[in-house]
Amino acid sequence: MYEQISRNKWKSVALVVFFMAFIFVLTWFFEYVTGWGKGGLVLAVVVAMGTAAVGYYSSDNIVLGISKARPVTKDEYPYLYNVVEGLAIASGLPTPKCYVIDDTAPNAFAAGRKPETAVICVTTGILEKLNRVELEGVIAHEMSHIKNYDVRLQTLVVVMAGIVALLSDWMLRSFMWGGGRRRGRDRGGSGGGEGLMILAGLALAILSPFIATIIQLAVSRKREFLADASGAMLTRYPAGLASALRKISADTEPLEAANKATAHLYIVNPLKNLKGGGGVNRLFSTHPPIEERIAALEKM
Amino acid sequence: MGAFILLLVLVGGLAVMAIGMYNSLITLRNRCDNGWSQIDVQLRRRYDLIPNLVETVKGYAKHESGVFEKVTLARAAAVNAQTVKDQGQAENVLTGALKSLFAVAENYPELKANQNFLMLQEELAGTESKVAYARQFYNDTVMKFNMRQQVFPSNIIANMFGFKPREYFQIEEEVAKGPVKVQF
Repeated sequence: MYEQISRNKWKSVALVVFFMAFIFVLTWFFEYVTGWGKGGLVLAVVVAMGTAAVGYYSSDNIVLGISKARPVTKDEYPYLYNVVEGLAIASGLPTPKCYVIDDTAPNAFAAGRKPETAVICVTTGILEKLNRVELEGVIAHEMSHIKNYDVRLQTLVVVMAGIVALLSDWMLRSFMWGGGRRRGRDRGGSGGGEGLMILAGLALAILSPFIATIIQLAVSRKREFLADASGAMLTRYPAGLASALRKISADTEPLEAANKATAHLYIVNPLKNLKGGGGVNRLFSTHPPIEERIAALEKM
Repeated sequence: MGAFILLLVLVGGLAVMAIGMYNSLITLRNRCDNGWSQIDVQLRRRYDLIPNLVETVKGYAKHESGVFEKVTLARAAAVNAQTVKDQGQAENVLTGALKSLFAVAENYPELKANQNFLMLQEELAGTESKVAYARQFYNDTVMKFNMRQQVFPSNIIANMFGFKPREYFQIEEEVAKGPVKVQF
């Protein structure tokens, strides 16, 4: 179990490094290909940083708002709070605030930038459908997301993906509007080599949103396995989470408040019922297949 | 001159290592204390809930005085336990007594429907799992602390400053975490 955690952590770090390198290459291309040169790059970086800062600091509230979650007190849901408090003790973290989504589809997620301000959000369905041991497994999974700073990482990855999308969008635009102007200005300059560069840039501009999406999903998939493993470490009872995952995935009800942007936050993909299986879906899915997660838990 | 500088660097390096080891031992010892006080908080909470529970059950099941007495005695023994080991044993007895109390409650449908009883039952179950988690956290920390005192080279520092290994908080049967067996 310890091995699995450290291996997963390394893979996650490698993915984040790869992501940063990717963004660097993309900005470098931007400088090279557009007629804007250094000035355009500075503008792009400023706008990107501004967006990132706003996204970073209000991300948890945005997520909770989109998910139609409401804060609850201990008097309303003593059962939920007792379980959360217990696992906060087990992990040595401050007790997160609890939020509830009024939806009968069973699911849960954690949000926040650091353990001190983290929140755990569950649907009313999960409280009704799981027994105590199973709910402890789910909350332990979310607590591990908080403890490993997954919630922050996921926010950062979302923001990074946002920047990539923004940049590639910009590049495409500058070809369409600014490209002609540049050609006019540089008439008589170098020919073929520059054309090749523009082609490469164009390919990158078209591909980058896809690449970014896949990277984003890969990060979240690795970390689901990691959170399963460290969650099992907290409860010392992997079978509880395995049984919870089985119950949640067997439930066919869709979660109305979830969408493509927030799907990767949940413990089990809330959009699972909206599409069929298959190889491509597996590559693009936000979560590893439930059977693989259950098998990994049963091996512990 | 060169040899002197080399010696100075060596001694300085060793001193920094020793300070680091000493500090991590102190940190772990404080973490053990903190872990223990967390168990204590949850145990107190449990002791506070028990008289309420006994009173509530008494209201419906007056004739089961043997069970009430057992719970009350076990609670008193647990409250007065002094060492880590005694506390562990007293907790075992108390858990067993509470089990028989809930078994008695099973025979009184009206009691099982009582809102106050249900709330106490949930609070007690929640507190019990918190005790279990606090114990787990404490034992993990104790393991780290004891291990640090035994492995080389931090054992030298531990011996020099008289660090003592801590006791684990043990319960005999894994009641809380074991898979639940249902028989029909």
